[in-house]
Amino acid sequence: MTYIPISPKERDAMLEKVGVQSLDALFEAVPAKHRFPKLNLPAALTEMEAASLLDEIALSNENVRADLVSFLGAGMYHHYIPSVVDHVLRRGEFYTAYTPYQPEISQGTLQGIFEYQSLMTALTGMEVSNASHYDGATAAAEAVNLAFANFRGKRRKVLVSASVHPQYREVIRTYTQGMDLTVSGDGADADLQASPEALTPLIDQDTAVVLVQYPDFFGRVFDYTKLIETAHAQGALVCVIANPTALALFKTPGAMDADIVVGEGQPLGLPMWFGGPSLGFFTTRKAYVHKMAGRLVGETVDSRGQRAYVLTLTAREQHIKREKATSNICSNQGLLALASAVYLSTVGQTGFKQVANLCYQKAHYAAAELSKIEGVGLCFGQPFFHEFAVCLPKPVAEVNARLLEHGILGGYDLGQDYPSLKDHLLVAVTEMNTKDEIDLFVELLREVLS
Amino acid sequence: MSNTPSSLKYAKSDEWFDPATGKVGISDYAQAQLSDIVFMEITVSVGDQVEAGGQIASVESVKAASEVSAPVSGKIVAINEDLASGPEAINGEPYQSWFVQIEGGDGADMLDAAGYEKHCEERAH
Amino acid sequence: MSGISTTFTTEPTIFELSSSGRTGATFPKSDVPACDLPNDNLLRDDLPLPELAEVDVVRHYMALSRYNYSVDSGFYPLGSCTMKYNPKINEDTCRLPGFLFTHPLQPIETVQGNLLLMYQMQEWLREISGFAAVTLQPAAGAQGEFTGVLMMRAYHKARGDQKRIKMLIPDAAHGTNPASAGMLGMTVKVIPSDARGNVDLEVLKAECDETVVGMMLTNPNTLGLFDEHIEQVVKLVRDCGGLMYGDGANLNALLGIIRPGDVGFDVMHFNLHKTFAVPHGGGGPGSGPVGVSERLVDFLPAPLVGILEEPDEDMPALYGFVTPKQSIGRMKAFHGHFGGGLVRTYTYIAMHGPDGLKDIAQYAVLNANYLAALLRDTYKIPFDRICMHEFVMEGRVEGTDVRALDISKRLMDYKFHPPTNYFPLIVREALMIEPTETENKDTLDSFAAALIKIAAEARENPELVKTAPHTTLFGRMDEVKAARELVLCCWLPEGYEDE
Repeated sequence: MTYIPISPKERDAMLEKVGVQSLDALFEAVPAKHRFPKLNLPAALTEMEAASLLDEIALSNENVRADLVSFLGAGMYHHYIPSVVDHVLRRGEFYTAYTPYQPEISQGTLQGIFEYQSLMTALTGMEVSNASHYDGATAAAEAVNLAFANFRGKRRKVLVSASVHPQYREVIRTYTQGMDLTVSGDGADADLQASPEALTPLIDQDTAVVLVQYPDFFGRVFDYTKLIETAHAQGALVCVIANPTALALFKTPGAMDADIVVGEGQPLGLPMWFGGPSLGFFTTRKAYVHKMAGRLVGETVDSRGQRAYVLTLTAREQHIKREKATSNICSNQGLLALASAVYLSTVGQTGFKQVANLCYQKAHYAAAELSKIEGVGLCFGQPFFHEFAVCLPKPVAEVNARLLEHGILGGYDLGQDYPSLKDHLLVAVTEMNTKDEIDLFVELLREVLS
Repeated sequence: MSNTPSSLKYAKSDEWFDPATGKVGISDYAQAQLSDIVFMEITVSVGDQVEAGGQIASVESVKAASEVSAPVSGKIVAINEDLASGPEAINGEPYQSWFVQIEGGDGADMLDAAGYEKHCEERAH
Repeated sequence: MSGISTTFTTEPTIFELSSSGRTGATFPKSDVPACDLPNDNLLRDDLPLPELAEVDVVRHYMALSRYNYSVDSGFYPLGSCTMKYNPKINEDTCRLPGFLFTHPLQPIETVQGNLLLMYQMQEWLREISGFAAVTLQPAAGAQGEFTGVLMMRAYHKARGDQKRIKMLIPDAAHGTNPASAGMLGMTVKVIPSDARGNVDLEVLKAECDETVVGMMLTNPNTLGLFDEHIEQVVKLVRDCGGLMYGDGANLNALLGIIRPGDVGFDVMHFNLHKTFAVPHGGGGPGSGPVGVSERLVDFLPAPLVGILEEPDEDMPALYGFVTPKQSIGRMKAFHGHFGGGLVRTYTYIAMHGPDGLKDIAQYAVLNANYLAALLRDTYKIPFDRICMHEFVMEGRVEGTDVRALDISKRLMDYKFHPPTNYFPLIVREALMIEPTETENKDTLDSFAAALIKIAAEARENPELVKTAPHTTLFGRMDEVKAARELVLCCWLPEGYEDE
């Protein structure tokens, strides 16, 4: 099945107008010995067959809505998505449009992004937001790019807390491998129990940016105000990688005087989708707007005096600056930024606080019940949001395998990334987990460990 | 036709240099090519030693971006701090809108007004 | 009817529509014993989000959707963007609960469907492009490019070849090519095009030395032309020890026509959102898998999907993640744009099969050549020869000062989306037109008729063209005001005005 709307008769008329005998004759510039390879691919399916094939593939997964009860988070969270979100995304006017380069006929996309930018600044307490990056990890890497460009490469040290998501730290290292800078602060010797001020002695005049996570990878909520003050005293920038749901309740990084706030927008109405696509939000101070990568929408007026929106400060971007650009990014997660805006508009301040509060309450109930099990203990004493680490008396892999037999995803094995946290399980609880599910989890874990 | 004061020297890359004061800016021709300037940033500091041709600033308009180079070698002795907050002045008064002041160069090997005008004309074709 | 205004009023922002006390969603009451929040100085004071009912939200976004032009509403011939029709079945398959509700860190035994789909996608893209291996991780074409350039750098570094810093890039290239090389501190050397729109072989020869990292080549190039000396270009670059990067932006012209890997390319990114009909979403998300030759296999980003246990009579294969030996690392968190990118593309390839893919390229090329034939007598087409899936013409009308931009805006009055303007940079007043294979002859005929009519209007009534569009809801924008005043947000943080 193809989607080509040209009849054989029309094709022949078109070939005649072009002045060639056949479709194949259009390709004479292609080296003959490589022309028209036989592709070893399965034969074409009809829509009916394809639908059933994809059904079969999807059904061979176990998903967290129908098959499994999940306490797995570690950067992606199972939240409720109101129906209205996907109904808006399914409008062809949104999803089949391109980047809004022609503003006269793209005001839907442009106003949508402008509102998204506004919502992100409201959430983070920052002054400006771009139109988004690929995901939280790449947004964090772009924060490093911003800082490096801000100091024109003169500050060459990037400090990243060991309690930043391990995959985010990997991505920062991938992105910066060609740059003349070092990434440190997260070595195997880092004290994971310590407060964020532990990074303080490492900050110096050569430090471009300090990256911390909020709540951190272990779910802990720290006030970074002091750390940020210290960094600023040394002239360094601070980037806070934030979970957006937590920002419904907790002090904003903007109020802590952060310079850049980025994060993974998936909890804002996006499915987990086996890891993507998701949404990297990126907000900063107005002072850094020219150094920020990515698209930006600004308000203006059209020739008829109507309020309207355009892509602005585009001279920062790759299609103009080419090899001098800070970043090569030339897309944003347009449709998913729209999804998060629809989500935030729908749940509003009341609903969003409700979601965050449910996460907090249920996670704390789960933590209290789990730590009643003999041999199980909360790993850290600090306040946490909807995720927490517990130590187990048995290897996590073994425990998780047993829990899975009962349809439970027990959580993330921290020993994979932190040797000092061998036999530690990272548990996430959201509004999707009922008390019954939590009780079942506790009961099964007790059984597995006995 | 663009305005090209004869008291100044010009670089082929469109910077002007005032041998009397050491001030540096971009020419009327350059500002017109860039069109509406919306951002400028000086990328050197007072006290820096610069080489002729080395970058001293960048300028962005609605549609284009451009680097500004030092037309002479020497030491940066002053920076026009006000320009960044009102970069549209570069469009309005390119020869009042100096970027930096450089000490140590005379611009002897730069183009004079007539030579620069010819250079601009050649590029128009 | 007095008192009722019939003029168009623009839609308020979501913040302006807010009314305190409304809500669009409620959640169940907590079913666990209550627990106190931490002390106040860890909490935020206010949460300045809008408050609306569900119907307010729906009407707001419906209003905004009507301001957009899209592929579903009409012809969208944006050059180099491949704005083809996005099949509706893909929207359904990618939303199957088995895909939507799987967590990226689930045990592999519980996501064998996802892993099988990813494994087969790697294999299919490999087969389509002739490469040795494919990574699905990159999030978009630009990130795929960055991935490719990182691998090129790692390859030379692993061989102890430290002096290679020069990336050769043709003058017609997309801006992302030099930007990707620039991100790694490489020197970009621009190679001009010759009179037939090919890479200038003489200049290339002179630049090929022991400092060359490689060459980044889009083929067909952004003029829509297949390089007639492609084999010589590849040989020159490879003979001096460089690697060949293929920008896959224009792969729609090559499906079943030629495989870049067969001609000697070492690395290429795919744009699933162009070639394989993943919708563009108003600017993203894209998806940018990368294929590589044998030389680069060990440097691919981690992880890839592999077969951990071969199948036998009783058990199917077990798919899981594997890490290449000298991997450049991870490009993003988790496994790439699985749901939005890979599931849609998988459905699309499965429904086309080998012959269907070749049809795509053939009809995309036929449509471009047919349009060029209709327009050749009215607008100048530099480098005029049989083109591939797109062509570039000069948006000028002799004897008038009407520009490509004006012609583009006037096309909106005829209900068409304009072509790409002012790119590539080497053509004056460039209009780059890519019709794609999913347009019928009638559409192409009316589009050509509109462009021919605009040329006549430019001569008879240039003001009409220069002040277009006239029939759209919005007119031309004041872009200088936007950039100078820089209003990027529709609410002001407290104390903001005092600054």
